[in-house]
Amino acid sequence: MGIKQYGKEMALECYQKMSKIRQFELKAAELFMQGEMAGNIHTCVGQEASAVGACMALQKTDFITATHRGHGQCLAKGGKADLMMAELFGRVTGYCKGKGGSMHIVDIGVGMLGANGIVGAGIPIAAGSALASKIQKTDEVTLVFFGDAASNQGTFHEAINMASAWNLPCIFLCENNQYGVSVCIDRVCNVENIADRACAYNIPGKVVDGNDVFAVYEVVKEAAERARKGDGPTLIEAKTFRQRGHYEGDPQMYKTPEEIEEWNKRDPLPRIRTEILKARLAKKSELDSIDALASKEIEEAVEFAKNSPYPEVQDLTTEVYAVDNERSVIR
Amino acid sequence: MRSISYSKALSEALHEEMIRDESVFILGEDMGLMGSVFGLTKGFMTEFGAQRVIDTPISESGFTGMAVGAAIRGLRPVVELMYVDFATVCMDPIANQAAKMRYMTGGQINVPMVIRAPGGAGRRNAGQHSQSLESLFTHIPGLKVMAPGTPYDAKGMLKTAIRDDDPVIFIEHKILYAQKGEVPEEEYTIPMGKADLKRPGKDVTIITYSREVLFALEAARELEKEGIDAEVLDLRTLVPLDWEAIETSVKKTHRVVVVSEAVKRNGFASEISAQIMEGVFDYLDAPVKRVAAKNVVPPFSPPLEDCFFPGVKDIIEGVKEVIK
Ligand SMILES: Cc1ncc(C[n+]2csc(CCOP(=O)(O)OP(=O)(O)O)c2C)c(N)n1
Ligand SMILES: [Mg+2]
Repeated sequence: MGIKQYGKEMALECYQKMSKIRQFELKAAELFMQGEMAGNIHTCVGQEASAVGACMALQKTDFITATHRGHGQCLAKGGKADLMMAELFGRVTGYCKGKGGSMHIVDIGVGMLGANGIVGAGIPIAAGSALASKIQKTDEVTLVFFGDAASNQGTFHEAINMASAWNLPCIFLCENNQYGVSVCIDRVCNVENIADRACAYNIPGKVVDGNDVFAVYEVVKEAAERARKGDGPTLIEAKTFRQRGHYEGDPQMYKTPEEIEEWNKRDPLPRIRTEILKARLAKKSELDSIDALASKEIEEAVEFAKNSPYPEVQDLTTEVYAVDNERSVIR
Repeated sequence: MRSISYSKALSEALHEEMIRDESVFILGEDMGLMGSVFGLTKGFMTEFGAQRVIDTPISESGFTGMAVGAAIRGLRPVVELMYVDFATVCMDPIANQAAKMRYMTGGQINVPMVIRAPGGAGRRNAGQHSQSLESLFTHIPGLKVMAPGTPYDAKGMLKTAIRDDDPVIFIEHKILYAQKGEVPEEEYTIPMGKADLKRPGKDVTIITYSREVLFALEAARELEKEGIDAEVLDLRTLVPLDWEAIETSVKKTHRVVVVSEAVKRNGFASEISAQIMEGVFDYLDAPVKRVAAKNVVPPFSPPLEDCFFPGVKDIIEGVKEVIK
């Protein structure tokens, strides 16, 4: 099956989203290293195809939960670059008014239920969202992004078991980028594919090339149909690679030059670009202008963030509780 | 004397104890190949082998539980939780298992394990990576809790923790890792449950621990310029508590400010305050004052985080309140 079957519009939409994510991440990394941002950021350079392919297969009303490496997942689901950039800058105009930062982006409006600083914590939350759809008899699907390392948390096994036992409309999408910080997944997991674990829960387990946006799209689409029909969850493993450090500034001594080189060849961006050009779905100049537009959007997001004010000191004690906040915070 | 960082001091303690006692081993995330995210165990895996310096999967509940199992079989595991905040994902092995085994078995079982974990705010790591959770542990009978504030204390206390036959929660402060201080070349240990008078004074006692010790000392230097002579008592160990040191100091200064980076409500500062009221009320010339963090989630944005937990200025204000 070639790229042609998807048509020009969809191919370019995938490209546009992937380009935007790549540029957001490279810009954020650059600004972080320049000391413009505080704290810590985790970028998803090299993993754009899995986020975009997955979200393209979902409907607007569907939900996702994201990870600590969640900027791309949020943008793929329709999140806004400027609000996210402002949050990374700790500004009051950011998604979380500067209270959460990079690892805690949420945009309920686009179905993005939240990134998470606790590895594996998003998995049961997504299953809970799927449970809510089931209880409320609505037909949304919830997809959870999680890493290879997160699949070793108890939360993964507990949530996937319940999702299977109760036929929940949930998609477990593991972005296997080979590493959890410095530890290669092969050293701490004795199955060849994380998707192989699906058999323990009697649900389908699919391995997919995570750097092929259309391949990801296909498996997620099938899983979403299955979930929406009431046939229960699917475990999908997208094999990919984290091109940059775990965090910005990570010297990455644990990776070999060979594997870096090998995976660079499979970089999802040049790959989709070549495919589009080869299939003559668009001209080079069209792709270039998509890149330029994305670049402009990111530049504007940075300007927006930089020109936004920090939160006020009195914001420190607001929003801890929905009701009776002031008293509950003082005493 | 030579000056080394807090993280180097901790690293030396681990290293020396691993050489001294073969039953000591390390497990945690990125402890082996990477030598820990804060560089504490660089080179350990090569030196001691992958069986004694274990790179675990991201399975806190599993490997903390396994440490309990190995400890009751006579080994001395030293677990690292990358952030103390993650203790909440493995609270059962800590609170229901390690803490209770000796008592519930009528004293049959030793649980000689240490859980090291960095706590504290100040690095803009936001709500799930910046908490000070010591009172979760001090509230569980069966756990010992240590929280050093200087490189010297860090080294001597970690060695003691490893040699102790009870489970010890050893809370480090992530901002202190790079902080340098004098540490002798020669071997030494610091007794469990022994506070340290970091600065003698006669007008007021500031009782604190961990990073706030540095703020308290700075506050004391500032206060000195205004003619206020503050005593700084570093608890170092929270459980068991050095009550004698507290009592002696209160009887001398009659005024107390307890400083903690944890949120104020139910924090360990509240416990100290209550014990002082119960124990030496008659010696007090003013109510005990707590200076602690606001009862909110640690925020990400720098200007918010800076007013979340107490700094030098807050301590000075607290002192002036009990002195006026
Ligand atoms: C419960 C918990 N343990 C440890 C960490 C520290 N940590 C943050 S990301 C990470 C690695 C996660 O690896 P993976 O799930 O594969 O996601 P990736 O970073 O590769 O995207 C670790 C250990 C954490 N945030 N939460
Ligand atoms: Mg990973």
